[in-house]
Amino acid sequence: MADSLTTPAAAIRPPRGKVVTVRSSSPFRWVLRLIVIAYLVFLVIWPVTLVAKATFSRGLAPVLDALQQPDVIFAFKLTLSVAFWAVLINTAFGIVISLLLVRYTFPGRRALSAMIDVPLSVSPIVVGLALLLVYSGRTGWIGGALESAGLQVIYAPPGMIMATAFVSLPLVIRELVPVLTEIGTDAEQAARSLGASPLQAFLSITLPAIKWALLYGVVLSLARSLGEFGAVKIVSGGVAMRTQTATLLVEERYQQFGPENTITAYTAALILALIAVLALVVVTSLRPKENSQ
Amino acid sequence: MSIITRRRVLQAAAGAIALGLTATLSGCVGGAAQPASDASGTTTLHLVGFAVPKEANNAIQKKFAETPEGEGVVWQESYGASGDQSRAVANGLKADYVNFSLEGDVSRLVKAGLVDASWKDGPTKGIVSDSVVVIVVPKGNPQGIKGWNDLVKPGVKLITPNPASSGSARWNILAAYQQVIANGGSEADAKAYLTKFFNNVVALPGSGRDATNAFLEGSGNVLISYENEAILARQSGEDFDYIVPDATLKIENPGAVLKDANPKAKAYLDFVLSTAGQEEFVKKGFRPVVKGTPVGTVEGANDPAKPFPVPSKLFTVAELGGWDAVNAKFFEENTGIVPQIQKATGKSQ
Amino acid sequence: MTSSAVTPLIERPDDAPPPSPGGRRRRRRATDLTPVAGLGLGITMLWFSLLVLIPLLAVLVQASEGGWQAYWEALTSPQTAAALRLTVSQALLVTLVNIVMGTAIAWVLVRDRFWGKQFLEVVIDIPFALPTIVAGLVLLSLYGPSSPLGVDWANTRVAVFLAFLFVTLPFVVRTVQPVLIELEPEVEEAAASLGASRLTTFRTIILPALAPAITSGAALSFARGISEYGSLVLLSGNLPYSTEVASVRILSYVEGDKLTEAAAVASILLVVALVVIVVLDIISRRVARHG
Repeated sequence: MADSLTTPAAAIRPPRGKVVTVRSSSPFRWVLRLIVIAYLVFLVIWPVTLVAKATFSRGLAPVLDALQQPDVIFAFKLTLSVAFWAVLINTAFGIVISLLLVRYTFPGRRALSAMIDVPLSVSPIVVGLALLLVYSGRTGWIGGALESAGLQVIYAPPGMIMATAFVSLPLVIRELVPVLTEIGTDAEQAARSLGASPLQAFLSITLPAIKWALLYGVVLSLARSLGEFGAVKIVSGGVAMRTQTATLLVEERYQQFGPENTITAYTAALILALIAVLALVVVTSLRPKENSQ
Repeated sequence: MSIITRRRVLQAAAGAIALGLTATLSGCVGGAAQPASDASGTTTLHLVGFAVPKEANNAIQKKFAETPEGEGVVWQESYGASGDQSRAVANGLKADYVNFSLEGDVSRLVKAGLVDASWKDGPTKGIVSDSVVVIVVPKGNPQGIKGWNDLVKPGVKLITPNPASSGSARWNILAAYQQVIANGGSEADAKAYLTKFFNNVVALPGSGRDATNAFLEGSGNVLISYENEAILARQSGEDFDYIVPDATLKIENPGAVLKDANPKAKAYLDFVLSTAGQEEFVKKGFRPVVKGTPVGTVEGANDPAKPFPVPSKLFTVAELGGWDAVNAKFFEENTGIVPQIQKATGKSQ
Repeated sequence: MTSSAVTPLIERPDDAPPPSPGGRRRRRRATDLTPVAGLGLGITMLWFSLLVLIPLLAVLVQASEGGWQAYWEALTSPQTAAALRLTVSQALLVTLVNIVMGTAIAWVLVRDRFWGKQFLEVVIDIPFALPTIVAGLVLLSLYGPSSPLGVDWANTRVAVFLAFLFVTLPFVVRTVQPVLIELEPEVEEAAASLGASRLTTFRTIILPALAPAITSGAALSFARGISEYGSLVLLSGNLPYSTEVASVRILSYVEGDKLTEAAAVASILLVVALVVIVVLDIISRRVARHG
């Protein structure tokens, strides 16, 4: 399974070499184009525009009202904070683990590489359950000890950060490993032989080489973290103005009666999606162009 | 591309990181537990409840704050599905006062040592509000539903919450079953009815509120719900009709104070059971549990002047043997009546 | 033409390091751990254990609490078995669709040119960026009771299929795209000029080159599908034996205080995911090797 991480398939990186688009406009090309566009319209584009319409179905005023509620503002601040910490941890962890996996051998390397992908296949319910079993203050394996020491994990932000970090853990690593594999260590070793310290070599040689892959991984991680729902629901308790994130707010408001509540739910949902998509768009558009446009 | 250069993006990214750090340091992630009573004289009480009585509790809290015992009390609240919330408290979610849908959700806390076993020794046996199971239909009642018997006719698409995942869903199923017996049928008749009932079920949403929302959006054409839920939805502007059947189940929602709760929580419970507190429940569509509570007009009820018609055959879970017996008989995974019926009807779909 | 004859042709210009497809020609210069690296490994392993390994272990331990008997009973209980069958079958179906459509979409995004193509790039990322509960709302608006299309697939198996399809859209596309970019059309043009039909070209040149990417994306798609929860909450109706998926079943067990059964189903999902990932990995190596 190590190979699934190191195949170029998992990387998004600037192409080397000349890539030319075949320009013939055969009927096959048109048919394929139409099929793909229709598929995307019916699966993504149309449904999303319907939700955008529902958000503004009563005009702009209720939307602006929704955005000014203290609950909503707090929920967004909390979501951004939790996502920030989760992404930071995953990035630091991701860089170190990627370097270790690619550049060193150690017993258990293949096993570790396989385990890295596991969080992507775990249902959020299971993530919540797993963290609860270990860190719950009353019945968890080590939760009780932690709480007596003053650190509350479950039903508090640390648990939410852990749940969010869990589900987005592999994302940075999956982007970095193929790139690191490809660039090898030649340049770094050259720098080292010229007298640079390992840290200098890393900062001035390796980091610039992996920066686009790293940035893309960070943004993917951010998008995933902003949208996490199931696992956070279980470990947070959803206390408004304390541990209620934006996604939990969406669910709560959606469940309450009255059109203002529904619009608040849709508004929060739309904002979450916009932030994530915007981040992705910015990074994607800054990557060196893949085709001659 | 001239405005969006890489340099500027990296600068923006650095700015975003700085923003994130600031937001964090300004205490958003702090989540530090506030002292229960700080010097300025405010007391923080934690309420964990099921979603349905949120508005009622909020109204009662406002009235409570006007009393001497309730002065200076601020609330931290969490609302959700009754079972989820009960489990969360058992697992450590901070709570001073809990208001759940089922007695069993409080028993869980007694077993966990968080609530004293004497919680149901009071005059209301631990119950803080009542309601009844009702049948909800679209405005105008296009299918002419008059009672339970009409629900098993062809063309009826029932929505009721999932008894496996929602404890409070069990009220509905029990009502559907027991009304046959209350009307003179045998256990076999009741089972046959329930089988036809499940054949007509098109969705089993996760909670009572989810079910109401699914119905309001157009799934199904009949909803089994609670009277207070129907009244509250109509108060919020939703337009539909509901029928209080002649034979139905009395819903009793418990409220309890935790063992090591702030003493003001007990004062809140007392207030909830006082006339003032019960009146707030009534305004939101709940039936008062304290006899003699003035009822007045209740917006959203079928007849606001007489909002709580008394069904001629009203039965309770106590008459059915209590929750332990009921859970074993009806909902136990492989042997209960409901899973067996679901197996039979599921396989025939 | 086999892929081994093809590989030299996708060699890049001299200034670039050679590719490392499928791990056959990896240029790893791996060394043993230095003290600093060892420390780094220790710290990250500690974190990884606290975050992932120990909690998942707790799930397995909980699952084994009742012994094999309880484990077996939990999994073979008819409702759970039905939920697992539904989850796995729909995820497999969706993965098959994704393999075809994902490759097609990647092809169009890489090889085609038309106005609005950049917009489609963003569209691909939307399912990934959308919180799952919002995904449910989104699909409900087009395929539920108030659908402008006049269909009502809420509370049916189609809803489960659609939800899986939606959330797994980006996976195959994003793994295939970079490989397609690397693939130089000259090879295909050469084959065409030698008389190979489009189909032959596809089968013998393109497919083997894409195979590792497709299977890697398919594995992700499957794993993501079987663990989906949020989007189904509003969309599927959770009808036992008909639209109830494994995640919902797990939650039901948790809510019934049946943690052992919940952990049993969870561990099965984990095992199924691992098996599929391994199988796909084997298939991909075989296809890439033999063409």
